[in-house]
Amino acid sequence: MATSNPRFSGYGLGLRKEHYSDFLETSVAVDFVEVISENFMVAGGQPLHILRQIRERHPVALHGVSMSIGTAEGLDPDYLKRLKSLVDAIEPLFVSDHLSWSRTGGFNSHDLLPLPYTEEALNLVCANIHQAQEALGRTMLFENPSSYLAFAGASMSEWEFIAEMSRRTGCELLLDVNNVFVSASNHGFDALAFLDGIPAERVRQVHLAGHSQGPSLLIDSHDSPVCSGVWHLYAKAIERLGPVATMIERDDEIPPLSELLDELAIARALGASAAKQRAQVRA
Amino acid sequence: MNLARLQQEFQNWLVNASDESAALLGNHVAGLAVYQNNYRAQLVGCLEGAFPNLRQWLGDEAFLAACITHIDRHPPHAWTLDVYPAGLQKTLYEVFPDNPDVHELAWIEWSLNEAFVAADAAPLRMEALASVDWDTARLQLAPSLRSHALTTNAEAIWSALWQQTPPPEAAMLAEAGGLLVWRRQYTSRLRQVDALELHALQHLQHDGSFAGLCEFLVERLGEEEGIGRAGEMLAGWIGSELIVGVTDH
Repeated sequence: MATSNPRFSGYGLGLRKEHYSDFLETSVAVDFVEVISENFMVAGGQPLHILRQIRERHPVALHGVSMSIGTAEGLDPDYLKRLKSLVDAIEPLFVSDHLSWSRTGGFNSHDLLPLPYTEEALNLVCANIHQAQEALGRTMLFENPSSYLAFAGASMSEWEFIAEMSRRTGCELLLDVNNVFVSASNHGFDALAFLDGIPAERVRQVHLAGHSQGPSLLIDSHDSPVCSGVWHLYAKAIERLGPVATMIERDDEIPPLSELLDELAIARALGASAAKQRAQVRA
Repeated sequence: MNLARLQQEFQNWLVNASDESAALLGNHVAGLAVYQNNYRAQLVGCLEGAFPNLRQWLGDEAFLAACITHIDRHPPHAWTLDVYPAGLQKTLYEVFPDNPDVHELAWIEWSLNEAFVAADAAPLRMEALASVDWDTARLQLAPSLRSHALTTNAEAIWSALWQQTPPPEAAMLAEAGGLLVWRRQYTSRLRQVDALELHALQHLQHDGSFAGLCEFLVERLGEEEGIGRAGEMLAGWIGSELIVGVTDH
């Protein structure tokens, strides 16, 4: 089994093209950036050139959306090969993807589709994670997705599934606090039960993002600031996790970088507050 | 239902939105609608992002209709969404069979996208040519180079749209020409050329031999003019960073 990822407790942002010049021309006060892996799994050109330049200034986490770790037909070897090339070139802080599936029978939905939380799915996901970690030669992080339906016949909760997945494969976790908030609202479960149910010691990274209200469900839209409910849940999460790499994800309605840095300052303040409370408890 | 079957039914729901698939997945009406919307909105967004000037040329309504036709006929297969727009050109031939301007605009925009992330290659410097044996020289073209026949004023239309100036009416060219798309450093470039230069470059891309290029041009222009044009073209291509390597053995 590959070794664990190092604990890294800085604060970062998802790097989006709207902010490339800020990162290249100024000193941006972040401890790391995260990029979407697939955007850089290309032969060459400006995107890779920019990523290499930014890598010289900041640790970079690679976050994928297309591994399809829950696909019943197994992983795509070409995808793994290309991801491995990028990993070797960038030497990332973390390599992550989602606990979801997108591919079946040659079809690719390009969406993070939900899995049934069954023993069959768990066995398959674990086999796929073993294959991915073997191919990449490193421990991956898997993120809990937002979901909009829950299949009948589940034999365990999402957090029980995640805990067992991590135990069996050694994979680590990317906790998306917004996704917990969204899924808890959509499915009516207790978000704190989720936080209590996942193995805190295996969480290496946290995502924070905004969501929107659909006709009857919350939608993980990443197009607005982090809401107060998600900040509250983040505070509860870091009480359990301790210092952990935390970042803001924004994929649509991208604001000026300063606005995202202001949001990141809230995360830093909450992190500092949690650290102070821990110190007081120890004293 | 096992996982493989469930995933096939989910695919059926996304692609066909059938009541039967929804029922087999548990009739989660609101949740299935979100996934259906996400799937289609993402593909439309991908096509809009790849063809901004074509969209402007056709108008939002006609472009969206073409996208929907394409999405219905051609669900995505590749692991990367980036290649999905490549297939739209085929659908445009079917939807707009009598509009070569539309086909050629689509070719321009997609080729610019492809060139943007094509493999890097350092351009050939003039100094590298000093000791080349031209009888045996083989030239390597930029991996980003794409070429296509041009029958309309699509290049002028695209350039006007790119510069946000009023585009000309669509028109057929008096003489068919060609389009070249490639990347200089990190910037994708578009150039309209005459048919002779298009075919000469395509010949060189296929054959690699400078002597073969000369022979190709001599056949069409005669000995003196053919050799002269080969030299002119080569100098222009080197200056434009279209040539990235030369060997003479």
